[in-house]
Amino acid sequence: MNLIKRVFLRYLALATMLGIYSVPGIAAEPLKIGLVLPLSGPFASYGKQIENGVRLYLAQSGGVFSGRKVILFVKDDTGVAPEISKRAAQELVVQDKVDILAGFGLTPSAMAAASVATQAQKPMIVMNAAASAITTKSEYIVRVSHTLPQITAPIATWAAKNKIRKVYTLVADFGPGQDAEAQFKKTFMAAGGEIVGEVRTPVKNPDFAPFLQKIKDAKPDAIFLFVPPGEQTIAFMKGFTERDMGKSGIRIIATGDLTEEDVIDGVGDNALGIVNALQYSEAHNSPENKAYVAAYYKAYPKSRPNYMSVSGYDGMQLIARTLEKTGGDASGDRFIAAAKGLAWTSPRGPVSIDPLTRDIVQTVYIRRVERVAGTLQNVEFEQTAALRDPGKP
Amino acid sequence: MLPASFDLTRLRASERWRVSERLFWMLPLLAYVVFPDSLVLLTHLFITALFCLSLDLILGYAGIVSLGHAAFFGVGAYAAGLLASHGWGEPLSGLLVAGVCAAVLGFVTSLLVLRGTDLTRLMVTLGVAMMLYEVANKMTSITGGVDGLSGMVVDPLFGRFQFDLYGNTAFWYALAVLFALFWIARKLVHSPFGLSLQGIRLNAGRMPALGAPVNARLAAIYTVGAAYAGIAGALMAQTTQFVALDALTFNRSAELLLMLVLGGSGSLYGALLGTLVFMVAHHALADVTPEYWEFWLGALLLAIVLFARGGVMGGLRYLAQCVQRLSRVGGGAP
Amino acid sequence: MTVLFDGIASGMLLFLISVGLSVTLGLMNFVNLAHGAFAMAGGYVCVVLLNTLGLPFLACLPLAALATAAMGVLLERTLYRHLYGATHLDQVLFSISLVFMAMAATHYGFGSQQQPLELPEFLRGQFHLPGLDMGVYRLFLIMVGLLIALGLHLLVSRTRFGAQLRAAVDHPRMARGMGIHVDRLFTLTFALGSALAGLGGAMGVEMLGLDPGFPVKYVVYFLIVVAVGGSGSIGGSLLASLVLGVVDVAGKYYVPQIGAFLIYAVMVVMLVLRPQGLFGRHAAR
Repeated sequence: MNLIKRVFLRYLALATMLGIYSVPGIAAEPLKIGLVLPLSGPFASYGKQIENGVRLYLAQSGGVFSGRKVILFVKDDTGVAPEISKRAAQELVVQDKVDILAGFGLTPSAMAAASVATQAQKPMIVMNAAASAITTKSEYIVRVSHTLPQITAPIATWAAKNKIRKVYTLVADFGPGQDAEAQFKKTFMAAGGEIVGEVRTPVKNPDFAPFLQKIKDAKPDAIFLFVPPGEQTIAFMKGFTERDMGKSGIRIIATGDLTEEDVIDGVGDNALGIVNALQYSEAHNSPENKAYVAAYYKAYPKSRPNYMSVSGYDGMQLIARTLEKTGGDASGDRFIAAAKGLAWTSPRGPVSIDPLTRDIVQTVYIRRVERVAGTLQNVEFEQTAALRDPGKP
Repeated sequence: MLPASFDLTRLRASERWRVSERLFWMLPLLAYVVFPDSLVLLTHLFITALFCLSLDLILGYAGIVSLGHAAFFGVGAYAAGLLASHGWGEPLSGLLVAGVCAAVLGFVTSLLVLRGTDLTRLMVTLGVAMMLYEVANKMTSITGGVDGLSGMVVDPLFGRFQFDLYGNTAFWYALAVLFALFWIARKLVHSPFGLSLQGIRLNAGRMPALGAPVNARLAAIYTVGAAYAGIAGALMAQTTQFVALDALTFNRSAELLLMLVLGGSGSLYGALLGTLVFMVAHHALADVTPEYWEFWLGALLLAIVLFARGGVMGGLRYLAQCVQRLSRVGGGAP
Repeated sequence: MTVLFDGIASGMLLFLISVGLSVTLGLMNFVNLAHGAFAMAGGYVCVVLLNTLGLPFLACLPLAALATAAMGVLLERTLYRHLYGATHLDQVLFSISLVFMAMAATHYGFGSQQQPLELPEFLRGQFHLPGLDMGVYRLFLIMVGLLIALGLHLLVSRTRFGAQLRAAVDHPRMARGMGIHVDRLFTLTFALGSALAGLGGAMGVEMLGLDPGFPVKYVVYFLIVVAVGGSGSIGGSLLASLVLGVVDVAGKYYVPQIGAFLIYAVMVVMLVLRPQGLFGRHAAR
């Protein structure tokens, strides 16, 4: 073939290739995201909130990330059987061929599924499970929610600075509870406080009477409380109020799970005055949050937006922004490399992903429960910005 | 004059492997080929079927109603889990150790189970399981508590077959163990020991007169059932490389009972069929209506108890009888 | 001392909820694991009446009991009667199926979150005696519990109904021969058991919370009381509930590390020592 023909053919080939990639409408491969969430069983409300947040983001962004249409697969893992979480993750990867795994409402679920992410080399976005150790279980895990130590340390510091000298700790006897207790003790005692007593309550026990009595007898300045959100919070507050412990000068300090939006109405006025720490409040005063809350109520009129829904929302935001950085490439190693150090403004405030640990770095607020315009809200009055997870070495 | 020997041909005949049984055991092999992406689900099915089989041994054959069988499953799972997370990753020996641990627990608790009425037995088995749950929950440093036992390193099977993402090794491992233990159980129930168990279930008062020591037999089968359940638990731990407290909960024991009833107790195959139907239904329905699947499960169970007490096996037997009757009518002498 | 008081109150609540099961099990020989579902129903009726209709709390309690009794009668006439002669295993399975359906239906109708319940003013707070802090509501529980125990005892041993019931339980055929409507009697007994469950559930909302998972969470406790106390014995149920309540509360106060373990250990020990329960009696049905 003569020279002119060869060059011509080469240009033709080049033009064709460019043409294909520049013609709009010939879409890139769709992006498959697999959600593993507790949608039935005792933790069904977690799954629902997270899924609400996820779908809200997808609706707002038109469901397309970097030119790739998002297809969502949702699997229920019941929350109480980690082998089902692992199986669900494995099926999402093997059968549905998802590009990214996400969700994981509880620590055991995330721990069990971690090996799937590693073996399949897929990014895994943890949206609620709160034990510090989770991000160490796989190089492909990124967390957008919080860890217990991260929200415990600020409240301990606040207590030490605000005339609370003696604290009695009461935590539920499981991973997150023990993490919270350890972190609180560490921070509080380092700041000069005294722990007058500690107790770990069984995870399945709504009658706090004997424990409350013991605490009342010990006369601390405050009780540091960590129990799974929901019925235990309500039971505890009822017992606390019944014994007039507030009137005898004992305050309650806690992590924000105690008074989050999903449960606070069930606790009622008993919750007023509790000082707690968390990364998100419906009452947070920022333009992003106002927009988020308005959109949430429009889409889900019967529920209130809480921190889990924001985690779902932010998880999607993380994926979208990372894909912008990688140009649509969601392959495990590239995705994780791009996600490290990513920063954006969430409805909760400014957040970023720690490049060393792949865990979330965010502002944790100290709030007090007050009635605002007839609704119980956590009103923020202090904050610790850019807090890394203190639970990691 | 009474005949000097008793006719055993019927008993011997039932001991032989029927064609339908051989065909049934072809199904897992078929499933491997037809559902290559669902191997993990199938593996869980085999493990649960083994667990259900262990319950059939004590409930269907010996008549011991237990609501706490998960205790043995959990003990086996944690035994294998602890071995693997502390450096002993060889799978088969792990299974053996788990089986022995569960058997020991079974033997000890069998002494408690032999006394009292049905309700007492129900409560004692339940109480033991709940106590174990609380112990496991408390000893977080050993068991990982509610967060579960992670960090299990399971060596490749026979030193060659790694436990992979697709679940190939786990599939064959679980199937082989299930089949081996099923084979043993089948031999057991067709033996004089097994027959004496059925006698005990039907009329415990009469059996000593026939020379069968009731308590010893019950203790023996309870121990065997516990060992089987322990091995099932160990399989679950090894194939998932994770053990959590849910292995010991009341829910697990209750669901197991449901599966056995669904399939029909007292025939071994009922345990396998019941597990199959239950898990397939759960898998299919859970994705459609995760919150309300419980309602349909309850309704199904209600229907079975009221109308089809023999479960799937009962239904199959009924069909077989109909077929027999029809063929007799068709080809028999007028 | 307060620990003892709290333990007794806890035991009383347990008694209130479980006595209905003791009645149906002991007198009708029916293992009704759905008892917890009836208690849950009573709780929800009470909450709805209190929150939606604004009725006073003290009125909601008997109404909840009546509503549950009505449900009990309905279910007994349509479903339960088919299983009176069945094995205990079948009864267990049957009642479990009802529990599942009840839980799912409640989840559908009310959602999975906790139901809020605000006690009236006069039932809140505490009385203070030297060395003893008594919660008002707990005192209320104890009084109601004692009244019910007394009332039931009188009903069974002093009234004609009670005599007929005891006759029907001991020998149904003979009782029928004497002109006693055994079937109607059993329906009434079942209604009574359900009413007690409903009342117990309604009174328990304040201390145990209320959500669709209630039946399975607490079924173990009811069974423990009935097994240890002996089915059919009201005195036995009372004693067993009190012992278990005190052991549970005292255990959690003095040795919280052992927590819930203690209650199961006590149960197993007592059952091993006395398999038929403290005051067990066997119905001859």
